[in-house]
Amino acid sequence: MKLALLWTDILVWILVISLLTWGWVVSRSPQVKKQWHTVFKSSIAMASAIILLFYLFFTLLDSVHLRFSTQPTESTSEKVQYQEDMVSLLDLIFAHNIESTERTYSAPFATHEYAKSIVVDESGVTKQEYLPLKHVSQNDDIMMRSLFAIVTGLMISGFLIVLHILWRSRGNFRDELKNSWQGKTTLPWRTAYLTTIFLVVTFTWFYTLSYYYHVLGTDKVGGDVLYQSLKSIRTGVLIGILTTLIMLPVAVILGVSAGLFGGWVDDAIQYLYTTLSSIPGVLLIAAGVLVMQVMMDNNPGWFETTLERSDLRLLFLIMILGITSWTGLCRLLRAETLKISQIEFVTAAKAFGVSKLTIIRRHIIPNLMHIILISVVLDFSGLVLAEAVLSYVGVGVDPTMYSWGNMINQARLEMAREPMVWWSLFSAFVFMFILVLAANLLSDRVQKVLDPRNKS
Amino acid sequence: MFVYIIRRILYAIPILIGVNLITFMLFFMVNSPDDMARAQLGAKQVTPELIRSWKEERGYDKPLFINSRSEGIAKVTDTLFVQESLKLFSFDFGFSDANRDIGSDIKERMMPSLAIALPTFMIALITNISLALLLVLFRGSVLDTSMMIVAVMIMSISGLFYIIAGQVLFSKIWHWVPISGFESGWSGVKFIILPVMIGVFAGIGAGVRWYRSIFLEQINQDYVRTARAKGLSELKVLFGHVLRNGMLPILTGVVVVIPTLFMGSLIMESFFGIPGLGSYTIDAINSQDFAIVKAMVFLGSVFYIIGLILTDISYTLFDPRVKLS
Repeated sequence: MKLALLWTDILVWILVISLLTWGWVVSRSPQVKKQWHTVFKSSIAMASAIILLFYLFFTLLDSVHLRFSTQPTESTSEKVQYQEDMVSLLDLIFAHNIESTERTYSAPFATHEYAKSIVVDESGVTKQEYLPLKHVSQNDDIMMRSLFAIVTGLMISGFLIVLHILWRSRGNFRDELKNSWQGKTTLPWRTAYLTTIFLVVTFTWFYTLSYYYHVLGTDKVGGDVLYQSLKSIRTGVLIGILTTLIMLPVAVILGVSAGLFGGWVDDAIQYLYTTLSSIPGVLLIAAGVLVMQVMMDNNPGWFETTLERSDLRLLFLIMILGITSWTGLCRLLRAETLKISQIEFVTAAKAFGVSKLTIIRRHIIPNLMHIILISVVLDFSGLVLAEAVLSYVGVGVDPTMYSWGNMINQARLEMAREPMVWWSLFSAFVFMFILVLAANLLSDRVQKVLDPRNKS
Repeated sequence: MFVYIIRRILYAIPILIGVNLITFMLFFMVNSPDDMARAQLGAKQVTPELIRSWKEERGYDKPLFINSRSEGIAKVTDTLFVQESLKLFSFDFGFSDANRDIGSDIKERMMPSLAIALPTFMIALITNISLALLLVLFRGSVLDTSMMIVAVMIMSISGLFYIIAGQVLFSKIWHWVPISGFESGWSGVKFIILPVMIGVFAGIGAGVRWYRSIFLEQINQDYVRTARAKGLSELKVLFGHVLRNGMLPILTGVVVVIPTLFMGSLIMESFFGIPGLGSYTIDAINSQDFAIVKAMVFLGSVFYIIGLILTDISYTLFDPRVKLS
C-alpha cells in the first residue's frame, strides 16, 4: 500500500495548510479575531459553517488516494507491484457499496428492481416479473437497525461535543455544559451542537442502512446513488474553492499594481481585463475546454490511469474557470487600491521613503482583505452551481468523474419514463442545494460584518 | 455627445482585436490549417497536393502572425491573423464544418432566441423591481425577513432543477403546455410561456435581493428624510425619490445585458428545443465545430461592448449631472 496523490489532492492539502496558517495568523490580531467572532455570533452563520465543515470533511476523506500492492506472484522480482486503480479513503469506507452494483435502476430502499424482466421459471413458462435486488437483504428488521444506527450516531456526536466542551471549558466542565445547554454562551454553541448531532446521526443512519439497502436507490448501471452523491462532494467543493484561490494571486498582483503604479501599467492591465470580460463566459470556457480536450488527446503521456486523466481534466477546468472569473475581482481591487493610496497614511509612508513593496504589504493588502474574502465566499456558491450547467453543456468535468452535474445529466434522459426515475436527480439537487444554501447564508453574514459600508 | 460615441466606438476596436487574438490563438492551437483541410476534404484520398491547393484556395497557406517573405507593411498584414480578423470585422463568419454559411444561420436563429430572451428580461425586470419596492415599503417586517429567506433559497437551487421540475409538472403531469418545440408568430406562444416563466422565477431570488439593496441604500439618504419631513406619503417617497435615484445603479447592471439578449440562453434553448443561437452554440460545442464557436465569441463581445456604450449614453438620459465628454 502506498500513498498516491493526485494533482488536485496536493492542491487541496496545500489549501488546508494555508487555511490553518491563515487562521493562526488571524488569531494573533485582536481586530480580525473580533470580526470573526461577530460573524459567528449569528446562529445561522454557525450552522452553515458546521455544514460546510461536514462537506469539507468528505472532500478531505476523498482527497487521500492509496494504491494497493497486487498479490505477489512468483515470476515477478522482489520489487512491489501496484494495482492500476487508486482508491480514496471514502472508497474504502464505502467498499461494500462499490462491490454491490445491481443490474439497473432501483428506487430508494427498494427490494426489487425498478423494471420488469423476462424470466423462465422451473416449469418452462416465460413471464415478466420484478427481480429481487442482489445486494439487499429481503426480509429485514429495518426498525431495529435504524434504532441501532441512531444510537450510534448520538454516541459519536455526543463524544465530539463533550470533547469540544472540555477543550473550551478549561476546568469547570459542568458550568460550561449548563451554559451551552441553556444557550448562554457568547457564541451560539447550542446551534452548532444541534447541527452536528443532526448531521452525524443522519449520516450514520444512511451509512448503517447502506449495508442492507440502496438508501438512495441505484442508477442506470446499478451504481449506488448515495455513494455517487458523496463522491460528487469533492468535485463540487474543489471547483468552488480552488477556482477562486488559483486565480487570487493574479487578481491581487494585477489589481494592486494597476491601482498603485498608474500610467501605462494601469492602461495595459485595464485593457487585459476588459478584453477578457467582454468575451461571454460560457463561450470562453467552452473554447478553452475544447482546446484542452485536443491537447490531452495529443499528449496521452500526461496521465497513467483514467482517474489521473479525469483529475487532470478537472484541474484544467478549474484553471479555465479561474481565467474567466478573476477579472471582476481585479477591477474591484484596482478601484480600492486607488482609493487607499490617496489616504494620508499611505502618503505619509511614501514621504518617509518607505519602499513600495512595504507599502503594499503593510498598508494596502490588509485593507483589501475584506474584498478578497467576500469575493471568495460569494463566488463559491455560483461556481458549484455552474459546474452542473457546464456538465450539461458538455464542457464540464470528465464524464467518468462523479459530479452532481454528471448525475443530473444522466438522469435527465430518464424523465420520460413511467413511473419516473426521480431519485438520482433528487439526490444530486438536494446535496447541491444544502451546500449552496449554507455557503450563501455564510457569505451573507461575512459580507454584512466585513464590508465597512455596513458599519452604520 | 456624437463625438463621444464615435470615440467610444474607436476604443472598442483594440478590445475586439484582443478578443480576436485570443480566439485565433485558441483556434489554431488545436486546429491547424492542415487538419482543417483534411476534415473538409474527407479522410479518403487526401494527398499533400490536394491539401496545398485547398489551403491556397482559401488563403490558409499564409503564416500565422509574421510573413517574412513579404516586404514593408505587408509583413504584418499579409498573414492569416489579419486576414481572418478582417473577415470577422466585416461580419463574414465563413462556413461551418457542415458547410453551411454561419452568417445566414445566425441571422435565422436570432429571432427565436429573442422571442424567449426579451419577454424573460422584461417580465423579470418588472417583477423584481416591484417586489423589491414592496419589500422596501414593508422593510423590517415579517414579510420582509421571510421573503428574504425565500429569496436565498430560490438562489441556492440549481437552474436545471427549475427547468426539469417545470417540464415535469406543467407538461408531463398537467399537460398545460407542450414539453418543447418552437413556432414563429402568435401560435408559438404556447411554446414560449413555460421557458419564460421558468427564466423569470429562477432569477427572482438574486434579482429581488439586488434591487432591494439598491433601494435600501437610497432610503437612508438625507434627501429621503427631507422628502418625508415635507410630509410626502411613503409611497410618493418610494416612487418619486427612491426609485428615481436608484435608477443609476440599476442602469449599470441592466442596460449592458440588453444587447446580449440576442445571444439567447444556452440551457433554456436546448432543454426546450428552441432553434435559437443558444442551442446553436451548444450544438457547435458538442460537435467541436470551432468556426461557429469563434463566430459566437466575436458576436458576444461585440454585443457586450455595444451594451457598455449604451450604458454610458443612458446615464445622460437619466441623470442630468452626468455629462459625456
